[in-house]
Amino acid sequence: MTSTRKDPIAPKKKPDPSSEYQLRLYVAGYTAKAKAAIENLTRICETHLKGRYQIEVIDLLVNPKLAAGDQILAVPTLVRHLPEPIKKIIGDLSNEDRVLVGLDLQPIS
Amino acid sequence: MASKKQKARGPETIEKARTGIQGLDEILFGGLPAGRPTLICGGPGAGKTMLAAEILVCGATECDESGVFMMFEETAEELAANVRSLGFDLDQMVAEKKLLLDHVHIERSEIEETGEYDLEGLFIRLGYAIDSIGAKRVVLDTLEALFSGLPNQAILRAELRRLFRWLKDRNVTAVITGERGEDSLTRYGLEEYVSDCVILLDNRIRDQISTRRLRIVKYRGSPHGTNEYPFLIGSRGISVMPITSIGLDHEAPTETVSTGIKHLDAMFDGGGIYRGSSLLVTGSAGTGKSSIAASFVAAACQRGERAIMFAYEESEEQVIRNMRSIGIDLAKFVKKGLLQIHASRPTLQGLEQHLVMMYDTINDFDPQVVVVDPMTDLGGNAEESDVKPTLIRLVDFMKRKGITTCFTSLISGTGNIDQEGPQVNVSSLMDTWILLRNIEYNGERNRTLFVLKSRGMSHSNQIREFVMSDKGITLVDIYQGTDKVLTGTARVAQAEKEAALKDLRQREMQRRLAEIELKRKEIEMQRATLEAEAAAAAREADVLAAEAAYLQTSEERSAQDMKQSRAAAASKEKASNRKVRS
Repeated sequence: MTSTRKDPIAPKKKPDPSSEYQLRLYVAGYTAKAKAAIENLTRICETHLKGRYQIEVIDLLVNPKLAAGDQILAVPTLVRHLPEPIKKIIGDLSNEDRVLVGLDLQPIS
Repeated sequence: MASKKQKARGPETIEKARTGIQGLDEILFGGLPAGRPTLICGGPGAGKTMLAAEILVCGATECDESGVFMMFEETAEELAANVRSLGFDLDQMVAEKKLLLDHVHIERSEIEETGEYDLEGLFIRLGYAIDSIGAKRVVLDTLEALFSGLPNQAILRAELRRLFRWLKDRNVTAVITGERGEDSLTRYGLEEYVSDCVILLDNRIRDQISTRRLRIVKYRGSPHGTNEYPFLIGSRGISVMPITSIGLDHEAPTETVSTGIKHLDAMFDGGGIYRGSSLLVTGSAGTGKSSIAASFVAAACQRGERAIMFAYEESEEQVIRNMRSIGIDLAKFVKKGLLQIHASRPTLQGLEQHLVMMYDTINDFDPQVVVVDPMTDLGGNAEESDVKPTLIRLVDFMKRKGITTCFTSLISGTGNIDQEGPQVNVSSLMDTWILLRNIEYNGERNRTLFVLKSRGMSHSNQIREFVMSDKGITLVDIYQGTDKVLTGTARVAQAEKEAALKDLRQREMQRRLAEIELKRKEIEMQRATLEAEAAAAAREADVLAAEAAYLQTSEERSAQDMKQSRAAAASKEKASNRKVRS
């Protein structure tokens, strides 16, 4: 599956640049880790997905029942809802390369 | 304060949460440690999830403690379907908010890891689930899925430690399941974190039959049973059968019940065996054990009591057909609902599995009489050391319920008591022991019966012949001669011989009587003749006497005449002489 997505032909099937990246970041309280994650995510998105993304930050302390919906265990967790398939990246997103791999944003070179 | 409160609770040192599982609470001396985590570990298919689910269901239905079932492997639907077979309706409990099922799905391929994180999400999720129904019990089945789902074990282990601390702080009774590891209790060493109570489940296979066993590895702050206990997952969930849990404190009724065989009842002083006692019928093949068992059952049903027959050799149809041939109609009792015949091969399952089936059936039907025919089959595959404890449990269980039981047992060989092997051990559990024995004599085999022991009442010490006919079972007094015991045709022949002999003697007597009579009559006649002769003689004597008297008188008279005439003549002479002289 991963290989199909990395196939150079695959992106053409998608509704190209205008396709939105819908990202949800789950945190539990505004902790240091949460803060770092939000900062890292914003930076990465601004760099690679400018204008094509949407970030929703969910504080599980406020909305605990949302944890079940996206099967959240660890925080912070970044969930990529769109484009499909759903991808999850856990941790404070400090490693940019891995985030890009996780989001399938590895520049095709 | 706390210690005072605990003292008031008696020997129990910590608060317990009942598991609701038959036997397990007894081994645990009341239940799991309340408000603390318990680890259940075991190999695949050992029954971990089932045990955890049952503990939760018991809390929800019996202890008014709602529970959260957080599963990492199965989905809620799968779990509900799995435990539905045990009669648990999880959906209903979920609807009543007594239970909350939460499936945590971890897909390794979906997860990318970058940087620092913790499992606060799981905590929040669990905390939310607990709060939403006010849960007192939590099951985590199985946390080890986290190890395969999350790559960073260092974080995971730290978080698990925090999780158990957190569960304790929330004061929920938690049950954590874990897969058994090679050298450790669990594959990922969960026992490191959960140390209050550890239950080990084991599914062992011996002689191709698996037996589930359970052991309490440790239980902090409480005494517990330390043995390995067999347990089963029956139609009503798990049941554990600790030997020690059944005490010898059953009642002993003095009422007696009939064995269904009139002549056999008569052999016992009380006119039958005591209600609630156990009857053992042993004998080699074809001695009539099943027939006695069947008449025992039929007698109970005739009295309007309920009875269960566990038949291990024949199918229900076959039992009914065969017993009809000796005049015992079991079919009508089955139809009336008084009798249940459970025919199965106990070797199909392990002994324990089978016993639980029996327990369930007995608990369901609540019979007054139970027959096991033959119990030899119960031990078919198990070793003797296993069979006796289980039989003790079975016997005690039924005694406690006041059930009169009849076990038949096949013995090999000639029926010599000394050669009975394993049965002797079992016989010590039994109150009454009837021994059936084939006697070979005179070119035929005949059945005999005798009562070997009967606790609490005197009994006949005689051997009886056991005769089965289409009219039922009867016992006949056998012929006991000077040095032999005769049965069958020999007995009949002997009886006939005796009858003939008696006849002969009688006729001889009559003949002699007639003879004597004849003689008497002869003598009588002789006497009459003699008497007549005597009378005649007497008469003759009279005549003679009369004659004699007559002769006497006539003689006297003639003498006098003579005298007178002589005197006359003399005077005449004198006169003439005077004349002459003169």
